[in-house]
Amino acid sequence: MGFVLVQFLTGLASASSLFLVAAGLTVIFGVTRVVNFAHGSLYMLGAYLGWTILSRLPGGPAWFAGGVVLAGLGIAAVGVLIEVLLLQRIYKAPELLQLLATFGVVLVVQDLVLKLWGPNDLTLSRPPWMRSFVQIAGERMPFYDLLMIGIGPLVLLALWLLFTRTRWGTLVRAATQDREMVAALGVDQRLLFTTVFALGAGLAGIGGALALPDGSANGQMDLTAITDAFVVVVVGGLGSLPGAYLASLLIALLQAFGIVLLPKITLVLVFVVMAVVLVVRPNGLLGRKLTLARGEANTLALVRPAEPALRWLGVAALLLAVWAPWFVGPFALSVMTEMLVAMLFAASLHVMMGPGGMPSFGHAAWFGLGAYGAAFAVKGLALSMPAALVVAPFGAALAALVFGGFVVRLSGVYLAMLTLAFAQIVWAVMFQAVSVTGGDNGILGVWPAGWASNPRVFYWLTLAICVACVLVLRRALYAPFGYALRATRDSALRAEAIGLNAGSLRLVALVIAGAAAGLAGGLAAFSKGSVFPTYISIDRSVDALVMVLLGGVQSMAGPVVGALAYTGLFDMLLMVTDLWRLVLGLSIIALVLVFPQGIAGTTYRLWLRGREA
Amino acid sequence: MLNVDDLHSYYGRAHILQGASFALPAGEVMVLLGRNGAGKSTTMKSLIGIVRPARGRIDFAGVDIAGWEPHRIARAGLGYVPEERRVFTDLTVLENLEVGRQPARDGRPAWTEERLFALFPNLGRMRTRAGGRMSGGEQQMLTIARTLMGNPRLLLLDEPSEGLAPVIVEEMAGAILALKQEGVTVLLAEQNLHFAARVADRAAVIEKGRIVWTGTMAALHADEAVRTAYLAV
Repeated sequence: MGFVLVQFLTGLASASSLFLVAAGLTVIFGVTRVVNFAHGSLYMLGAYLGWTILSRLPGGPAWFAGGVVLAGLGIAAVGVLIEVLLLQRIYKAPELLQLLATFGVVLVVQDLVLKLWGPNDLTLSRPPWMRSFVQIAGERMPFYDLLMIGIGPLVLLALWLLFTRTRWGTLVRAATQDREMVAALGVDQRLLFTTVFALGAGLAGIGGALALPDGSANGQMDLTAITDAFVVVVVGGLGSLPGAYLASLLIALLQAFGIVLLPKITLVLVFVVMAVVLVVRPNGLLGRKLTLARGEANTLALVRPAEPALRWLGVAALLLAVWAPWFVGPFALSVMTEMLVAMLFAASLHVMMGPGGMPSFGHAAWFGLGAYGAAFAVKGLALSMPAALVVAPFGAALAALVFGGFVVRLSGVYLAMLTLAFAQIVWAVMFQAVSVTGGDNGILGVWPAGWASNPRVFYWLTLAICVACVLVLRRALYAPFGYALRATRDSALRAEAIGLNAGSLRLVALVIAGAAAGLAGGLAAFSKGSVFPTYISIDRSVDALVMVLLGGVQSMAGPVVGALAYTGLFDMLLMVTDLWRLVLGLSIIALVLVFPQGIAGTTYRLWLRGREA
Repeated sequence: MLNVDDLHSYYGRAHILQGASFALPAGEVMVLLGRNGAGKSTTMKSLIGIVRPARGRIDFAGVDIAGWEPHRIARAGLGYVPEERRVFTDLTVLENLEVGRQPARDGRPAWTEERLFALFPNLGRMRTRAGGRMSGGEQQMLTIARTLMGNPRLLLLDEPSEGLAPVIVEEMAGAILALKQEGVTVLLAEQNLHFAARVADRAAVIEKGRIVWTGTMAALHADEAVRTAYLAV
């Protein structure tokens, strides 16, 4: 009994830390509608800054509290800096581009932290009061955990009072609904947004500093925190504070007991919970259907087939690519093969995101399923490489068909998070089914058939398959199917009214995207000769997202240009600098600021304008 | 009070206002009349700054406010009541009013909740009701009251009678006349000529983004030709 109680209290304590990060994220999203990917980085900075401050202070409880608040204020200031320098310039940009910009911040912060605080985990030496225990039902309960239990509800209460009892809170709630009207009533939204961002950042900073006594400040905590916070916010319902607390409780308690009952499931438990909640309640526990906040940019540029001159440019590039193996070295050839695979992968995500209007945070699931499918086909079923390259897309498409039914009912961030949940579940299965998949060691020896074992031949094969597939995807975009899909994206209701079945159109798009990503995965498996769970990791999904956004969502050339630019930039940076994250992050931020429509989209627009003038 | 000169505005590439010019003296109620799509709402939005004018001057109490941001224009004393009401549905009546609150100006007494409830008695009976749970007429009263909390010198009313029951329209007319008594200048966009005649001193007729006729309501009433050319449907 005492053990159950202690587990329960431990769950409550971690619910509080989850809530601190999630609260800031949900408040920022509610008002600015920015999905702040950098929120985990603010949490991490809070931990590091907290360490710097607290390790210099005396160990008393009052000093600790003061140090934590100071760290929170410091991170709030960092938040102001990010908001004023970056976000303020892109509030009118498409929301996914804002996401991309904050992802750039994530990369920059990772390298800054490494430079400023070094690669080692930083722990706090804990004074006696922090190490003390309280006897509860015959078990020892850390005093600090009891303190944490109280902090969650306290912060919830304080925020509730702030939002309902102050003029500032009233203005914030009004701006959540209709920013333009609030501005027309004489309120400076810029100040409002900056303060909201500062508040959210400060909460994340305090959360990070409070995590120190139970753990450490380390370079991995940003992505862990942002994933957890996203899950909490989405499960609770975007923009809902009570929802966020409820979701924190649910997830933390399930974690606390899950780790005891089913140790293996803890890797995915939160994602399983999120998937179940989203399937049952598409807007989260306490969320409401998201309406577009008034005063946002919501018209998309029309997608038109490329001009003849641009097509000739494409043909020239293709000829160059065919010719390339004769004059580049083996390393460049393997990089180019990788780029082709990335191109197909990005183009497949583009089908969902661009014409389909379904942003996916878990696109690596299909890529990974294709890769594993190909590997099983060769190693398990002893099939030939061509057969395996058929298995890869069909396997991924089949999974997309089964799972897609749940996904296409959702929209926006909820949809993206459900795809992420699915990808994480697939990842965990591949990671933990060691007897079949080899777990972390992966499946090795997935080599191309004899006739394609020459890297040049394999490159040409990859080139042929990838280019053909991208052209087919492009054809679909300008076929009646593509028009119907875009109609569904722009207004599902009106599309239904003229007889289009929005759900099945979206499902078909997802299956096509899944198949193409699966084929890319299959090719990747043969080009590397091996398959690992990292093929399904969040990083890879994010890569695809970055490639598409970098190139531009509203143009078919976008994902192609984006994939080539991103992989090219990436490989180049890896060679020339160890600060590649910093440079890549800054490049992404600069690209977002300079090319708000993506590289291909903006270039094309400028080109059109130049011709008109 | 307001002097608009050669105002041009665009929605994307569509040239909506094509050189609108008119003047509104302090203390008067002027109605902007015109058919659907003539540019009434765009004129209103250009004045408050939600649509950024491409060209032209908006002289408000001696200052050119064209190109300013909406919140600055609002603070300078221009109050805007939008066409689609746009109450904050999650906020109570009192909270909606709070959003509109700005300091008093010109030494005139500030609008308070109590004075507004005297003007719109219905609102006073539902102070803590959420904006989303009010009828269309009540919401329209609330948007006007909310804008008045900013103590505007000039009130822009975009089709306040649209979609309201006749008895509510009558109440609205009474409220506008009461505001005029208080010395508030009003610019009204309307399609309802009857309602306009009830409250306005003068009229400006807009057609294809230009002001094609201005004069007193009496003159408009006498000029059958103008009414058939620009207003009859």
